[in-house]
Amino acid sequence: MNGARILFECLKKEGVDTIFGYPGGQALPMFDELYKMSDEIKIVLVRHEQGAAHMADGYARSTGRVGVCLATSGPGATNLVTGIATAYMDSIPMIAITGQVPTSLIGNDAFQEADITGITRPVTKHNYIVKDIKDLAQTVKNAFHIATTGRPGPVLIDMPKDVQVNETDFKYPDVPNLRGYKPNYEGHKLQLKKAAELIEKSERPILYAGGGVILSDSSKEIVELAEKLNVPVTTTLMALGCIAPDHPLNLGMLGMHGTRYANYAVQESDLIIAAGARFDDRVTGNVAEFAPHAKIIHIDIDPSSISKIVKVDVPIVGCTKTVLKALTSMVKKQEHKEWIGQVNEWKRDYPLTYIDSDTELKPQYIMEKLSELTKGEAIIATEVGQHQMWAAQFCRISKPRNWLTSGGLGTMGYGFPASIGAQAAYPDKLVICIAGDGSIQMNIQELATAVKYNYPVKVMIMNNGYLGMVRQWQELFWGKRYASSNIEASVDFVKIADAYGARGMLIEKKADVEKAMKEAFAYNGPVLMDFRVAREENVWPMVPTGASLSKMIEGGLA
Amino acid sequence: MQKKTIAVTVENQPGVLARVSGLFAGRGFNIESLAVGETEDETMSRMTIVASGDELVLEQIIKQLNKLIDVIKVVDLHDEPFIARELALVKVNTEGRSKEEIMNVVNIYRAKVLDVAPDAFVVEVTGTDEKIKSFIGIMGEYGIKEMSRTGTIAMTRTKKTQETNRKEK
Ligand SMILES: Cc1ncc(C[n+]2csc(CCOP(=O)(O)OP(=O)(O)O)c2C)c(N)n1
Ligand SMILES: [Mg+2]
Repeated sequence: MNGARILFECLKKEGVDTIFGYPGGQALPMFDELYKMSDEIKIVLVRHEQGAAHMADGYARSTGRVGVCLATSGPGATNLVTGIATAYMDSIPMIAITGQVPTSLIGNDAFQEADITGITRPVTKHNYIVKDIKDLAQTVKNAFHIATTGRPGPVLIDMPKDVQVNETDFKYPDVPNLRGYKPNYEGHKLQLKKAAELIEKSERPILYAGGGVILSDSSKEIVELAEKLNVPVTTTLMALGCIAPDHPLNLGMLGMHGTRYANYAVQESDLIIAAGARFDDRVTGNVAEFAPHAKIIHIDIDPSSISKIVKVDVPIVGCTKTVLKALTSMVKKQEHKEWIGQVNEWKRDYPLTYIDSDTELKPQYIMEKLSELTKGEAIIATEVGQHQMWAAQFCRISKPRNWLTSGGLGTMGYGFPASIGAQAAYPDKLVICIAGDGSIQMNIQELATAVKYNYPVKVMIMNNGYLGMVRQWQELFWGKRYASSNIEASVDFVKIADAYGARGMLIEKKADVEKAMKEAFAYNGPVLMDFRVAREENVWPMVPTGASLSKMIEGGLA
Repeated sequence: MQKKTIAVTVENQPGVLARVSGLFAGRGFNIESLAVGETEDETMSRMTIVASGDELVLEQIIKQLNKLIDVIKVVDLHDEPFIARELALVKVNTEGRSKEEIMNVVNIYRAKVLDVAPDAFVVEVTGTDEKIKSFIGIMGEYGIKEMSRTGTIAMTRTKKTQETNRKEK
């Protein structure tokens, strides 16, 4: 069997049924093999390799399974890099396969040669170049094991052309051979005991849930612990969906554009139970002033996430699911009447809100309408910018894995292909991409992919004619000098949709929003909705960079 | 700033050194020295890394090294008594100087003259980082034409190692 075939036989054993890819010279043997295997593995032909990587990512985030993308050597491989880095920053299990020049030419600056393992070393969990076909099956086994266990992440496999065409016998190994890799899942008993003791003593505890909760499917466990202790839960951008939006203990998102009540609760708490979160600078604000009264219990599968930013009191290395379960069984039921009373007061006094308008279309209104119509059940992918924050604040994400957003890298151009990846996994679900007029133009070519395979994603562009998030910072911190952030009327999106064979819609009035959405959601095919929104709307509240979480600012609302 | 000597056992494979040095460069960790070589097992190599930073950074360095898939074992040598040695080759100027005086210093440091030319000696010196620094300091007064250092290699002391092994069982 040739190397290309062996590779895909391995993938089949790992349960892969879809690959997002783009061909080229040094990948031809692999594509040829996929052609022959078309009833076993579906290849989704994209229009730019970055799209393929984000689609694999969206597929992985929405399903919990590994996403796979495939590109040729050189430029094909380098085009994957942003997508791989995006997955790496958010710990998404992904396998990226690249063609490579034949082993005999490596190092010669051969045509379309790029040292892709060198280039992706800092943005993959691990990577391989297969130089001998005899190592291929074991390498794939190892790659899947690494991508999916411990703290998940992308793994790249570089496939020189000769390895793709050479022949050997195929046998898929049962186990990985990785003596240097043993993730720890069970929390240390003593640490668990210490944590339980801290919890018993605490009067104002708060649960701080991060992306790890989604990745390890521990949403149920978070809610169970929260309910047993009767403590509020705040989630990061990455953990939206782990607790129902209307759950009385849910404080929504914390950090830079979090809710006031979540940030106040963190600042006033005497104990933070962090689960699968990593104290990102967009979450902590000024680290020195972060939660000054709180002891910290930090549960994470990755020891290096613990005490990286903030020194913690009780580190627990382990899978959030296992550890949360254990903790819940160890603690007594509690009430925290006074604390919950205080938190509810903040909720009442400082609600998350905006000033609606009858003359201008407000993006927040659109998000609310969307949630109302979909009952929070749709899968929502976002691009990056103000629209992403409004989506995080005002869309009701009622289920884990229904929220796909690039948190760590903040990649404009992520959302649209990610939504296609999710739609490929769930052909019958409503998949929505909330985009900005800037971001959508970063991978708009994937409209062709959506049309070709009839992935009926609904792209809702919050068209403010600005790189809005940049403009907001310029308004607040750079003397309103809108340097290179005005992109007004750069393109006619309806015509773009039309040109690609998708449906385009222009929505300018509040009164038309609901009708347009209903029409779009009912349409069997991809739709590009151009919402002309208030141009200079800002995301509030906000913690300016370097400020403490207790010092949120709010323009035009206060 | 503290210094830490770390022994890292890694897969003996191409690219591993790049992963380790890339980690230090990418995360802005300070590396004082790094020495790599074979071990008793040919499938493994051993790196001795001397790194500096505050307590949190040094803790991160160890954790990040552990995270690398090709890293098999990371030992913070400061957990136990350990021996550290380094070798340096120093080409020292002898022109217009008393060779005898220089030889005296060489002997005091138990160093060795490997090569003699009319205007210079090449001296080999081994020892701890402090010893080598102090030797170089003195040679500097004569004038160092060229120098090459191996970086520290290190190992825990035997008896203590056995003791702790027993304790763990
Ligand atoms: C690839 C990439 N380039 C640049 C940025 C920096 N950036 C962050 S938000 C933003 C503006 C996004 O504009 P748009 O998509 O229109 O969204 P809006 O903020 O207007 O809602 C920019 C340029 C980024 N995050 N990603
Ligand atoms: Mg915009």
